[in-house]
Parts: sequence; structure tokens; C-alpha cells
Amino acid sequence: MSGPSTYEPKSAIERWLDTRLPVIRFGADLMSFPTPRNLNYWYTFGGILAFCLGVQIVTGIVLAMHYDPSGAGAFISVEQHIMRDVNYGWLIRGIHANGASMFFLAVYLHILRGIYYGSYKAPREVLWLLGCVIYVLMMATAFMGYVLPWGQMSFWGAKVITNLLGAFPLIGNTITTLLWGGFAVDDPTLNRFFSLHYLLPFVISAVVALHVWALHVPGNNNPTGVNVKSKTDTLAFHPYYTVKDGFAISIFLILFALFVFYLPDAFAKTDNAIPANPLVTPAHIVPEWYLLPFYAILRAIPDKLMGVLGLAGAIAVMFALPWLNTAKVRSMRYRPTARIYFFIWIAASLALGWCGGQEPNGQVIHGLTGPTLIDYDINSVTWLSRIAALYYFAYFLVITPLLGFIEKTLPVPDSLYTPVLAHPAGMPVGALAAPEREG
Amino acid sequence: MAESLAHAAPDHGAAEPHRRDFINILAVAATVGGVAAVAWPLIDQLNPAADTLALASIEYDLSKVALGQEVTIAWRKQPVFIRHRTPKEISEAVAGDTAALKDPQKDEARVKAGHAEWLILLASCTHLGCVPTFAQGEYGGWLCPCHGSVYDTSGRIRKGPAPKNLGVPDYAFLGPTKVKIG
Repeated sequence: MSGPSTYEPKSAIERWLDTRLPVIRFGADLMSFPTPRNLNYWYTFGGILAFCLGVQIVTGIVLAMHYDPSGAGAFISVEQHIMRDVNYGWLIRGIHANGASMFFLAVYLHILRGIYYGSYKAPREVLWLLGCVIYVLMMATAFMGYVLPWGQMSFWGAKVITNLLGAFPLIGNTITTLLWGGFAVDDPTLNRFFSLHYLLPFVISAVVALHVWALHVPGNNNPTGVNVKSKTDTLAFHPYYTVKDGFAISIFLILFALFVFYLPDAFAKTDNAIPANPLVTPAHIVPEWYLLPFYAILRAIPDKLMGVLGLAGAIAVMFALPWLNTAKVRSMRYRPTARIYFFIWIAASLALGWCGGQEPNGQVIHGLTGPTLIDYDINSVTWLSRIAALYYFAYFLVITPLLGFIEKTLPVPDSLYTPVLAHPAGMPVGALAAPEREG
Repeated sequence: MAESLAHAAPDHGAAEPHRRDFINILAVAATVGGVAAVAWPLIDQLNPAADTLALASIEYDLSKVALGQEVTIAWRKQPVFIRHRTPKEISEAVAGDTAALKDPQKDEARVKAGHAEWLILLASCTHLGCVPTFAQGEYGGWLCPCHGSVYDTSGRIRKGPAPKNLGVPDYAFLGPTKVKIG
């Protein structure tokens, strides 16, 4: 789809460089990449995510210059040194800490976009798999970053999450000892988490490069899910989508700045303002919001190993999605039944997220005590988690494979811009010239 | 040169091992061995260092803990409960010996003979390592605040996701009121 390179070296020096290291050609081809003309704002999250990664790397490198990765010094170096003494330290840390939440917000919308428009279906399976790898790396990086301030929530979050690996029979304890570098979470753990937290963003960058490469082989999917058929279906990436992405990033930055400047502690836990104490567990341990659905699945299952496998399975099942979807039609725009189950799945995931932040025996509807089913009240957070978790897995493993065979789809347009031309709002920029050429 | 090479090839039958095969096997084996030899130190450095392992044992004076009281002390930087059990707690723990237990163990196996009033436990929930709190939950023992595991007055798991009883560290009585842990 990308076709032969259209770059023409204009000067002698460009021609000289082009035969030695064609970087200008590489950049020019990226900018002129033929992109479907009907991409909507849900398609701007790729650019937003690249921006977020850049922000985290730049602020992170700066913070590392002022941070002390030792059990005795970490908390002071963050809460006192960086937050109060380093020039603009409060700002840089505010951007970095809130940036993680912004990054996950964008990645979740990006993933939902991919699922809704069937962007993972052939020939884009590898693109999707690489995206899943990036998501897992992001979670690992965010988790280790959360440990670094070495507050109570950092410490106990690290302890609980690393103990997950201890659930595996026979090798569990060997793995946790290897991970901790001791008998519990301690200085060696903090040191290695700092080292890995610095490393992983660069690994993510490398996988992002592969992700973009894998995108540029088949080209973008689009809201109709219909393949690009001719050059008239596309626009050059620059200026059409650089401007669109740039505008979306500006809007996103407003939200970002709102948190950094007006709600800097909105995502922070008060317990993390207490230095790490290995002898006292905070009354209520919760992970960051972006990990809550998985945490709820872990707690919903009353067996340690099965709980861990449930948590891991919830992520692993995403990797299998391209092969679980049996539908002939890509986009849910033309799959009304699939759309309903998809929105229920979003609701189930949000319910899991809510449950993950509550006490396991807390009530869903306050003041209502129902009968006890097996081990918990039927109105408890645990039972809501179980129902939502069941739907979460059923959506991937049962509903998605079956729907392809039984659903009734709407007629799919012949070309990706037929629906654009029919749209009463008129034609997007660049669409004007196309009908003439076709006619 | 090219001619001699062209002649050399047919001299060796396809089934017969070639001198180059030996060199290939040797090269691959040496590479695999070399990579493994370099990989092991890089993995093993993650394991506890000698100075971490050296934090071996501590001694504690039990006379500081009154009847019905509990202290949490640090051993290898991990929390350890020292509980001075009341007769009621001991009888409840012994009564629990016959209950349906997830990780069956008699109360007498969890204390030193003649010292049933002293219960010394690793204070890490066997689920995911939080420190349980005493006098909560249905069995008069501990409740883990993280995921709701309930332990009885012998530190045995009775309800919730934890798979095992609270661990008992290696310890010995040095005197009537002195213990050495580790």
C-alpha cells in the first residue's frame, strides 16, 4: 500500500546523502504516507501516545538526576528534595506522575478504538500483538515507577504484586527471591526497579518503532473497515493528519494541564505520603486506577494460584483476539449486535475497575444486606467482581467467536468514502477533488 | 582456485560427515556454552547478596510482652509476631485442631513444647504478603486487610484466598524468657 518512494532529492547534498544514508527519504516517505481519508478523532490517539511516551522519557530522565534509589533516601529525595527544593521539581514530577495516568487513559481509548473498528483483524494481527506487548511493558514500567517514591503504598503495592509470582507451585519462591534480591521487598528491590524503570521506556520506544512499521505495511484501518482500494481513498499523512493529530494533542494537553496544575494529587493516595514501613500494612491497599480491573479479577477468585492466572489471563486473552474474532465484517459500525456486547464489555470492565477500589466485602448498594452465597453476601463487591469478570472472559472466549457465525450485519459500503459523501455535514478537506476524477 | 573448489565438493559423499560439519557443531556448541556461562552470572546477581544473607538471627527478651499482648519485631527486615496467648486463645486454637482446615496442622506443632503461650509467627499473609491485624475476623485471630484472609489464634488459615498457615520461623528458647529467632 505504501508503494514506491515518491521522494526526489532536490539539491546536490540531498542526492549525495540519499545514496549513502537515505534518512531524508525515510522521513519524507513517512510524511507522504497514504492514509485513509475518513479517519476520525479516535484515530488521533496513536499520535497522542507517542507524545505521552516522549513526555514521560524527558521528565523521567530529569527526575532521575535528582532521585536517590536507596531505602533510606528515596522518600526524602522525592517528597522533600524534588517536590520542594529542586527548581521546578514539583512541576516536572507533577507532569511525570500525572503523565502516567494520561498515558493509560490514551492507551485505553486507543485499544477500544482498535477493538471497535476491528483493526486487529487480518492483515493487522502483528500490529495488534505488538500493541499488546507495548501495553504489558507500560504496565510493568508504571508499576515499577510507582514503587520509586518509597511511600507506604509504593512499598506494599510492590510486595503484593511481586508476591503474585510466588503463587506458582515449586518455582514461586525462587522467582520472588530472585526478584527481590532478598527475603522481602527491600533496598535491592528498589535499586533494580529503578534500573528497570529507566530501561523499559527505551524498550517500549523500540517496540513502538516496530508497531509503526507494522502499521505501514498494510496501512491504516479506517472507521468503515473497508480496504483502501485506490489512491483517491487516501490523503498524505502530512499535512492532513499531522494537523489533525496536532489539534487532538492540543485538546489532550488541556486535560493534562488541568491535572498537573489544578488537581496534581487527584491520582495520589494519602498513604503514599507516609514513608515505607515494612512492619505495618496500610488498611486498604489499592493499585493505580489503570490496574484496578485486573486487581478486581485477582480478588474475585478465592484461590491464590487461580486468582493470579485469572489476572494474567485477562491480559493474555487480548493477544488472542485476532483469532477469536470470526466475523467477516471488520468495523462494528456495521455490526449492531456486536456493538451491544462490546458496550456491555466496557461496562463490565468499568464495574471491575470500581470493584478493584472497594473493600472485598463492601456493599454494592449501600444498606442492603442480601443472602450469603457460598462465601460472600450477594450484594458484596466480591460477587459483582465475579459476575463482571465472568462477562469479561465470556466476551472474548464465547461471545466474540460465536457472533461471527450468528450475527446479522448491516450492508458494508463499497468504498470507504461512500458514507462520507452521503453524510449531510458535507465532505472533509481533500474530498472535493475526488468525485470529479471518479466521474 | 574456483576450479579446485568445484572439484573438491563431489569428493565427499552427501551422507559422509564433512570436516565443515565438525567445525559448525564446534562453533555452535562453543557459542551456546559461552552464552550460558555469561548469562548465569547476569541472572544470579539478582539473588540475595552475601551481606543480605548475613542478616541471620536475633535475640528477643519475652518478658517485655505481657499476657494477651502482641509485639511485631523485625527479623531480616521482615515483620514477626510474638504473641503472648491467653488460656482462652490456646483452648480455642487446640479446639481448632479438629476443624476442617485448609492447611491441616495441630496447634502443638506450631509452638515449642511447654511454651504454648508463646506463638511466634512470620507476620506475612501467605496470600500476597500483607501484615494481618489481630482481634479481627471470625476466628479470634488475624484478618488480612488486603484481601480478607482470616487466621485463627494459632495463625492457621480458616477463610479467604491465602493458601497456607502463617509461617513459623526457626527459633529456640535460650532461657525461660529469651528466644533466638533464625
